[in-house]
Order: sequence, then structure tokens, then C-alpha cells
Amino acid sequence: MRRAALRATVLGYLAAILLAPLALVARRAFEGGAGRAWSAVSDPDTVHAFELTLGITAIAVPLNTLFGVVCALAIVRGRFPGKGLLNAFVDLPLALSPVVVGLSLFLLFGRGGWLYGLFEAHGVRVLFAPPSMVLATVFVSLPFVAREVVPALRELGEEQEQAARTLGASSRQTFRRITLPAIRWALVYGVVLTTARCLGEYGAVAVVSGRIEGRTETATLRVQDRYESLDLTGAYGISLALAAIAVCVLVAMTLLRPRREA
Amino acid sequence: MAARASLPGTAARPSAGGALALGFVGAFLGAVVCLPLAALVRSSAGGGFLAAVSSSESVAALELTLAAAAAAALVNAVAGTAIAWVLVRDAFPGKAAVNALIDLPFALPTVVAGLVLLALYGPRSPVGVDVAFTRAGIVLALLFVTLPFVVRTVQPVLHELDREPEDAARSLGASEPTIFCRIVLPAILPGVLSGVALAFARAVGEIGALVIVSGNLPYRTEVASVVVFNRIQAGDRAGAAAVAVVLLAISFAVLLAVGAVRRLATRHERA
Amino acid sequence: MPRFRIALAVAALALAAASAAAAATIDLVAYSTPKTVLGKIVEAWQSTPDGDGVSFTQSYGPSTDQAKAVAAGLAADVVFLSTGDDMNLLVDAGLVDPRWNRQSYRGIAADTVVVFAVRDGNPKHIKGWRDLVRPGVEVVTPNPFSSGSAKWNVLAAYDAQRHLGKTDAQAVAFVEELFRHVVSQDTSARNATNTFLAGKGDVLITYESEALAARAAGQDLQYVIPRQTMLIELPIAVLRSSPDRQLAERFVRFTKSPAAQELFAQNGFRPVDPAVLARHAATYPSRPGMFRIDDRTLGGWRAVDRRWFDPNRGLMARIERSLGG
Repeated sequence: MRRAALRATVLGYLAAILLAPLALVARRAFEGGAGRAWSAVSDPDTVHAFELTLGITAIAVPLNTLFGVVCALAIVRGRFPGKGLLNAFVDLPLALSPVVVGLSLFLLFGRGGWLYGLFEAHGVRVLFAPPSMVLATVFVSLPFVAREVVPALRELGEEQEQAARTLGASSRQTFRRITLPAIRWALVYGVVLTTARCLGEYGAVAVVSGRIEGRTETATLRVQDRYESLDLTGAYGISLALAAIAVCVLVAMTLLRPRREA
Repeated sequence: MAARASLPGTAARPSAGGALALGFVGAFLGAVVCLPLAALVRSSAGGGFLAAVSSSESVAALELTLAAAAAAALVNAVAGTAIAWVLVRDAFPGKAAVNALIDLPFALPTVVAGLVLLALYGPRSPVGVDVAFTRAGIVLALLFVTLPFVVRTVQPVLHELDREPEDAARSLGASEPTIFCRIVLPAILPGVLSGVALAFARAVGEIGALVIVSGNLPYRTEVASVVVFNRIQAGDRAGAAAVAVVLLAISFAVLLAVGAVRRLATRHERA
Repeated sequence: MPRFRIALAVAALALAAASAAAAATIDLVAYSTPKTVLGKIVEAWQSTPDGDGVSFTQSYGPSTDQAKAVAAGLAADVVFLSTGDDMNLLVDAGLVDPRWNRQSYRGIAADTVVVFAVRDGNPKHIKGWRDLVRPGVEVVTPNPFSSGSAKWNVLAAYDAQRHLGKTDAQAVAFVEELFRHVVSQDTSARNATNTFLAGKGDVLITYESEALAARAAGQDLQYVIPRQTMLIELPIAVLRSSPDRQLAERFVRFTKSPAAQELFAQNGFRPVDPAVLARHAATYPSRPGMFRIDDRTLGGWRAVDRRWFDPNRGLMARIERSLGG
């Protein structure tokens, strides 16, 4: 009885906050028909935008996953002063509105910025080119793997790892056979959240990208372009495609998660 | 993924691997986070720091942002935990589908999120709920963009949770609420607090959906991120950076506090 | 001597061959609204001998953002912005010649005007600026601090009053009164249009080009052009840093040619060419009280920026503060 009531409440909440908005996106994406929705995502500039988005995501996610796991280990298992500070610091990128992130990168890499001369001298374009877009995306998606893995590690506790160590297992073996399986769900959701965030990032990337059509536009920038051109159907179509990619990543990660040792 | 640094400090003395790990974390954070922030803080140290921060409009916006973010974080603490519980422990047709959709507020560009929320809960709402351009509407938009957090930080912990203590308690006659409060909750609390911290930080930084849905009226529905945006647009970079830095400092304090709450709450468990 | 002539001829041929082989490119950076029409103008130019073989990169975004990006190093040969204010940003950065507005048509490629978008049938009978401050009228307008082009709206409101004979103090008071009626200060004109279309407000202060674009996209947006209104002049200029200035200037000249002006007229923008404008007089009616930014009572962008839009001490900041609490 109680279970049914809880389920109903939760589903009701989700319906109002999540499912209704998503359903509306889907409906509006297909308002002009399936052909219209397809043409919204298949024009050359949009295809290039998806390629750019996926490329940036493919760089940012592994970087942030590595960072997240190492950082989580440091926060939970490490013994050093300032752990609490590190813990709070990791979340900070989220609290910055994306516009500010973009501005910071402007200040660093733009004309007159601290690092401008350094890169100009070697002919490397950072701003208004993919490198700054990768940086911005890494910045805004930084905390998620760390945040997922930290509670899982705390829940795991150190006893099993210490036991393995006394039995002669190396650090690497301990990690692979005890820690990793225990945090597998945390890793899955951490990667999924990071990926979703990279796919949906707009504000910071918009500022540093220069919005050059066919060159530095990501999928979210295309959405904005469609919105500005009053082509809302196109905007919804591209958004739906992004959502679909995120769902695929979730399914893939769930299937690929590290198995628990028998 | 093979060259993972070894666990730092599991024995009493820190290992070389631990130092390496810390170095990596430090370098990464330094390059990616600190350097841009330093550039920002430096540009805020111009004239106008105090003026920008203490202007009544900025103060009002900061108050609104922090209150709305706190409200969204708290609602998420409860709702997110409930959702995670149902997704892990319950079974119903379509559960996998619902689970797959939880992260979508992230993947969706915030302008689209704003547009659909405006359509559903604005002047032309099909369900008669018109909260757009009000403070309630701001919290609603924040609930959408922060939905995944608590859910996704609690789910992994629930997945791995050993059921034996609960079964034992049940067989001894304890009621479900008691089992939840005394056995499950302490175990998932780090996850809940982790998610709450994330939700709060995210809510503080949100701008994309809010500019569509809130109306951005100074002193009434204008949030701090919009004040920062406006100042950047108006050419007052120092003022923008000033408000952003204050917002960051307050968020940092809140995040530290959440971490302290977690330490306090779980301390007696370790005994 | 013949050998010298042969050498010269060979050199000339080589040069011609080289420039024909090298791909000429123009980097066009513009604000968002004219994206469609600029695309058409680019194509039209590419089918002329001047533009044959020239490829374009195009970037569209909010006007001030685009100007700032160019100032920070975004490669650009030609910029087309929505205010002279944003152009001044580039002048101050040394990227655009300060005499850019001595080109033909004072450096302007197209115009538009401030208009009022109203609900179907204009139920509240909105005709002029006075109607916006009637009790119960709800106004939507973008925030002049968020959106550079929103400054046009504020200045239009002020100067309309001056043209109606009000004093400076009365006109400023009117703007303050107007903002008491504002129910949504969106961060861009596009967002403001969206807010209005979503059902908020009785009247939207916007631009003719924006309203016509909404109509072209299938939105049934009705609008009214008040008798006193601002003629919005949209500036275009070549960057000093452009590697091939002559080519870029040829393109800019083309945008003011009858062919391009006709394209502007067909896509929601008022042409600067008077002959083309006269042909489209039905779509773009004139108004007796039309004024410009360098009106005596306004004094041009720099004066207006100082007086109205200083983030801390400007009139708009004071007005926003007085609305609060």
C-alpha cells in the first residue's frame, strides 16, 4: 500500500517536472512532420555541429572521469590538510554561470589576455577555435564523476581494501577487483551525467566559439541559431537528437559497467 | 584507464602514488579552474567592485538566487531520494525508460528547457498553472535543471547497499519508516548531501532557462547570474566579476557547510 | 628593353595566375536578425564578377557579443551590427577606421524602426507612446543592459516625448513611468518576442525587422508604428586588419547597391536607397515624427551611453533602482 503510494507520488512529480516537458519537446520536434524533423538535423552545418559536439565530448568525458576518480580517492582515502576545501572546490565550476566561464577564458586567451602572446607566437588558435571550446566544456562538467564516486567510496569503507592488502594484493589489483566493482554504478552515472552535461553545454562554449557556421558551432549553438531564426521546430528537433544521444550513452554505460567479481 | 594511480594513503603513510595523484588533481584543477578564475578575480579588482556588489539591485538578486537555489536543493533532497528509492527498489513497467530519462535536463539546451516550461506553466498553460515570471516559476525551472543530481548520487549507494541489516530489523518487527530512518538514511546520507551540494551549486549558476521563464525584473525576479550577464554586456567587467566572485564565495561557504554536516552526521556512525 | 618588358609581362601573368588560384575568403561577422537576408546577399554577390570565386565564413550572434569577439581576436573582414554603439567598440579597439561613417549612406546598410507589437485586433487600442502608460497596460521590452539593441527602445521612448514638446525632465519621467509597466525585461529582442508570443503582456516594444521576421515565420504578429519613432540605423564596416581590404570594401559597396537593397526590402529591412524604399512604401510607411540617434536632443551614441547607460551612474540604472524595493 505504502509502496504504491510512494510510487504514485514519485511518478506524479516526475510527470510534472520531467516527463511533460520532454514530451512537449518531442511533440514540437515533429510538428512539421517526420521529414521536417529529419531535415532539421541533417543539413550540413548541423551535421558538422553534431560532429563537433561529439568530438568535444569524447575528449572532455575521459579527462573528467580520470580526474573524478583520482580526486574522489584523494578526498575519501587521502590524508592531507585541506581535504574539506578540495571537496568544496570541486563543485565550484557549477556555481559559476556559463557566461562567466566564457568571460574568464576570454580574459586568458583573448587579445591582451595573460596567455594570448604565448599561443599567438606558436600560431595556435585557442579562442574561437575548438581548443577553448574543449576547455570550457571540461570546466563546466568537472565535478560529476568525483561527486558520484565520493559517496560510493565512503559507503564502501576501507576494510575490504585493507584486508586485500594484508593478503598481499598490489594497489592495482585491489583497485581493479575491489574498489572498481564497488563504485561501478557511481562511475556509470558519473560518466552519464558528465556526457549529458557536455552535450547540453551552451553558455560558455557560445562565448568562446565565435559562432562560425560550419566551423565552431556545436549542436547547442545550432539550437540557438534555429531559435534566433524563428525555426522552433528545428530547435526542438536538434534538442531531441541530443536527448536521444544522451539516452544511448546511458544504455551503453549500463551495459558496459564493470562486472562484480563472482 | 589502465594507468590509474594507486590508492593514496590507505596505510598510515602516504605512498608515492598518492603524491602523484594529488599532484595530478592539483595540476588539473589549477589549469582548468583556478587560472580562469584568477583572471576573473583580477579583472574584478578595478574600480567599482564595491559599487557593483553593494548596489541594492545586486543584493536583491543575490538574495533571490541563494533563496531559490536553497529551496530547489531542499526539494531535491526529498524528491530525489524518493525517486532514487523507487528506481532502485521498486519494479513497474516502464521503469527502465523512466530511469533513462532522468539525465535529460542536462543534455537539453537550457533555452529549450525554458521554452517548454514557459509553454507548460506560463500564460498559455494547458493545465492552468501559470507560474512563469514569478519566483515560484524560478524554483520550478531550477527543479527541472537540477533533477538528476540527488537521484544520481543516491542511486549508486542504494544499489550497493547491503540488505541484511534491513531484513534483520524487519524480522525483529521494526516498522518500515523506522528501518528507513535508522538504517537506510544514514547509509545514503553522504549521497544525498553530495547531490544537494551539486544541486545547489548548479542552481546558483543557472541562467539559460531562467532568462526565458523568469522575466528578469530587477528586485523581483532577476537572479544574480542575470545581473552578472547584464554587467558584462554593459561593459562593466569589473562589476560583473565582482558579483560573480561574491556569488562564488557564498556558494563555496555553503558547500563547505554541507561537507561539515556530512562529517558531523556520519561521525557517530563510525563509533 | 624588350627583355624587361617580357619579364614584366611574365610577372603580371604569374601574379594573375596566383591570385586566381588562391581562394579569396571574406569573414563576415554579423548580428542575428539579418542572417537570412545576408545569406541571400552573399549569394547574389557571388554571382557577380566581383564576387565570383569568393568564399565566405559567416558568424551570427548578439550584436554586442559579436563586437566583443572581434575585439578579442575573432577573424573578421566585414562586420554588420545592430547599433553604432557596438561599432564604436571596434573603433575604440583600433579595428575599425573612425571615419567608417563617412562611407556611402553614412556607413549604414539598412534601417528599421521601433514599433509596438500588439494582440490580435489591438484590444487595448495601443497607438502611441502615451497608451503604453495607461493604467493596466503591461509592456514587454528587452533590458537595455542585457541587449545593446534594446537601447533603441529606451531612447525612442525618451525622444518621442521630446518631439511631442516635453522637456528633458518630463521625458525622463516618462521613461521611468514606462518601466513601471514593464512585466518582462528579456535579455534579447528575440526572447522578448518569444515572451510576448507565449502570452505575456499587452504590448511588445520591438523592431519592425523583428516583427516582419516573425510574420515570415508564420507567427501572426500585428504591429503598430507610432507617429514618433526611432529610425534604427544598422551599420556595416570593413575591418582595418582585413588581409584584402579592397575585396571586403567591394562587398560592402554591393550591400548598398540596388540589387542588395531590394533583397533587404524583401526581407523585412528598410533600404537606405531612397528609390528602393519608395518602391516598398506600402510595407515600410513613413512617419512624421521619425528621428535618429544623432538627433539634437539625443546627441549621438557616445553622449547617450554616458548619460543613459553607465551601469552605475546612468539614467537607466537610476530608473531601475527607483523601481525597486
